[in-house]
Amino acid sequence: MALHDFWFIALAALFVGFFVLEGFDFGIGMLMKTFGRVAKGDREQHQRAALNTIGPVWDGNEVWLITAGGAMFAAFPGMYATLFSGLYLPLLAILVSMILRICAIEWRGKIDDPHWRQWADLGIAIGSWVPAVLWGVVFAALVRGLPVNADKQIHLSFTDVFNPYTLLGGLATAGLFAFHGALFARLKTEGAVRDDATRFAARLALPVTAAVAAFGVWTQLAHGNDWTWLILGFAIVSQLSAVMLVLSKGGDGWAFTCTAWTVAAVVILLFAVLYPNLIPSTLNPDWSLTVLNASSTPYTLKIMSWAALIFAPLVITYQAWTYWVFRQRISADRIPAPIGLSRRPT
Amino acid sequence: MDPLDVSRWQFGITTVYHFIFVPLTIGLAPLIAVMQTVWVITDNPAWYRLTRFFGKLFLINFALGVATGIVQEFQFGMNWSEYSRFVGDVFGAPLAMEGLVAFFFESTFLGLWIFGWTRLPRLVHLACIWVVAVAVNMSAFFIIAANSWMQHPVGARYNPETGRAELTSIVALFTNNTATAAFSHAVTGAFLTAGTFVAGVCAWWLVRARESDEARTMYRPATILGCLVALAAAAGLGLTGDTQGKLMFQQQPMKMASAESLCHTETDPDFSVLTIGTHNNCDSVTHLIEVPYVLPFLAEGRFDGVKLEGVKDLQEQYQTKFGPGDYRPNLFVTYWAFRAMIGFLAVPGLFALVALWLTRRGRIPDQRWFAWFALLVLPTPFLANSAGWVFTEMGRQPWVVVPNPTGDQMIRLTVDQGVSGHSAGVVLTSLITFTALYAGLAVVWFWLLSRYVVEGPLEHDSEPAPPKPPGDDEIAPLSFAY
Repeated sequence: MALHDFWFIALAALFVGFFVLEGFDFGIGMLMKTFGRVAKGDREQHQRAALNTIGPVWDGNEVWLITAGGAMFAAFPGMYATLFSGLYLPLLAILVSMILRICAIEWRGKIDDPHWRQWADLGIAIGSWVPAVLWGVVFAALVRGLPVNADKQIHLSFTDVFNPYTLLGGLATAGLFAFHGALFARLKTEGAVRDDATRFAARLALPVTAAVAAFGVWTQLAHGNDWTWLILGFAIVSQLSAVMLVLSKGGDGWAFTCTAWTVAAVVILLFAVLYPNLIPSTLNPDWSLTVLNASSTPYTLKIMSWAALIFAPLVITYQAWTYWVFRQRISADRIPAPIGLSRRPT
Repeated sequence: MDPLDVSRWQFGITTVYHFIFVPLTIGLAPLIAVMQTVWVITDNPAWYRLTRFFGKLFLINFALGVATGIVQEFQFGMNWSEYSRFVGDVFGAPLAMEGLVAFFFESTFLGLWIFGWTRLPRLVHLACIWVVAVAVNMSAFFIIAANSWMQHPVGARYNPETGRAELTSIVALFTNNTATAAFSHAVTGAFLTAGTFVAGVCAWWLVRARESDEARTMYRPATILGCLVALAAAAGLGLTGDTQGKLMFQQQPMKMASAESLCHTETDPDFSVLTIGTHNNCDSVTHLIEVPYVLPFLAEGRFDGVKLEGVKDLQEQYQTKFGPGDYRPNLFVTYWAFRAMIGFLAVPGLFALVALWLTRRGRIPDQRWFAWFALLVLPTPFLANSAGWVFTEMGRQPWVVVPNPTGDQMIRLTVDQGVSGHSAGVVLTSLITFTALYAGLAVVWFWLLSRYVVEGPLEHDSEPAPPKPPGDDEIAPLSFAY
């Protein structure tokens, strides 16, 4: 296997890591305000319990995106340059919302005041919903092809980014992340918070499965080849298993594992139908950016491969250890009193 | 409006803004690790409180550093796509390695540190903050190695077939003398920032709470720790800055000539302290205060017999070499940013000396002016950091990749060649969005930090020490940070 093929797989793996891990972070953020609506007791305690399930890990999860961006720059500079400048405004929206989310999560508990928390919750909601939808839109737009001209430039029209296929992609990723997040909350909490999470998951199960299946089948029929049917089949089987486990009140860990596989399979499907293109051109197939014409030199790829082979297993090991350290379930009634300061000195 | 100008404004604003928060992160993480180490060794609750207190300030600051860092990585592709295409083979590698080798460690172990107070054995928990402290500094190294390649491209060759710069030696890239000099200078600046931060906050509390026990057990030792770090850093900045300056005289003579508003090539020119006049016509600048011997020493370490090239002569040389064009940076900005950097650096150094004198041999100062001085000194290292980056980045204009005088001459790119082909409106949208968002977040950041500083280490963390982690995992409580 040539190095540029290896790096295509590595890039896909980094995005798989990002979406599997950050996917449930987005999901928790999307659903956070709905926790504690039904159950008795202090709603704030329920929402804090939900947020604290991702507390120790969300920041580390986001680094998968930073590394994926860096890897794209290093391994496929042509793709990085064309894609990031071409999809300027969608990426701007993703960046702004992710900035809001980071600050809102980190600052929410710093001041113990309902108005303060409302603002923070708004930031978390925007910062989770917007990227969850837009990443799906962006990847669908990429798979569908962009108007790359002979100079490797993209002059985007509105319908290149927003059309029925990409909107379905956005719906599928947003739904899938919400479902994935609900299953993560179900796995990481107990008592009323877990009941809520189970209820959300049950309600989301069928519509999300329909959206993901529709997006997957459309992707396969429009862009797939014979062997990508396998990936699509795997995605649908794991999604259906997750649904069965939720509806039959089966194992929390297994259900979450199933949606993790679904997210992974969807991302792999998108990359698989893309290969060997990086950005298919809708103007002329000869102008498409491919793993051959947009990659770095073999020397750079070799250096990067060594770095990845040494450090990626290490990263996976200590991130896995983090999840092990914080494996304990959280419940709303065992959450201590808020630790933030009051708005004004007393 | 020219999209190039808008893109440059955006890069300038987002980068200077990002680097308000980053030096505090880089310098404060090791200081917190030291505080926690002292607590673990001595079991003295004062150091536990200091660790928790500065830990909270660190997190408030860290969030904004991370959030604005993503923009840094993305905007090379978004606004500077031609630059990215030209340098990606070289420049992408250190960025990707930063994520893989440094930032993953930093974020994951910070999560463990924040939430692991009662989940991890004490020494493991202590190790987490040390991992963070090392990782943030490694992060700085990768980023500065990338930046230094733009200032002094090494380890690469120009490939005429692909029309881009290509990496030939990663070792050369990481051992670039510009990179090692700039890294030590920037990290020393980060230590100055964090040392001053700890010293300023604790000195203010020292005067405020001079009657309490904590003055003696907590605020005074922390003030001294901060002052010693700041003083060592101020001295280190002189040394590392001198090394970096000498390299710049060789590698980017235009930058140094404009930092001095040196119009014509001269032997042993005087160091200019104060000028008036329109800098961009350097002949009309009136040098009011000048000091002899300094400049030759800064350039080559000798006091006389040094010939330094002036802006006008360099401009002529570059025109012959690289074709018609204006190769002069903005002289006013480079001249004054250089002086602002040095001026702002002197203030915390002076403060540290004063504070060490006032706290000598167990003394607790009670002077009101000293408390005010402690607060007023806090912004100065931040301003010095910003001024330093403004100087070094504005000083490389119009280049985005400065040609290396002893390297491959084809590896060079000007900003107008590097910018993406967007319309001004598109870039203006993002410029306005980022500026408004960043301004709003800066207000919150400042308010949160000052709210926590004013509250002090005692009120919100009255627990003198965390409970020991229980042996049985199942009942171990979690620490909740959110």
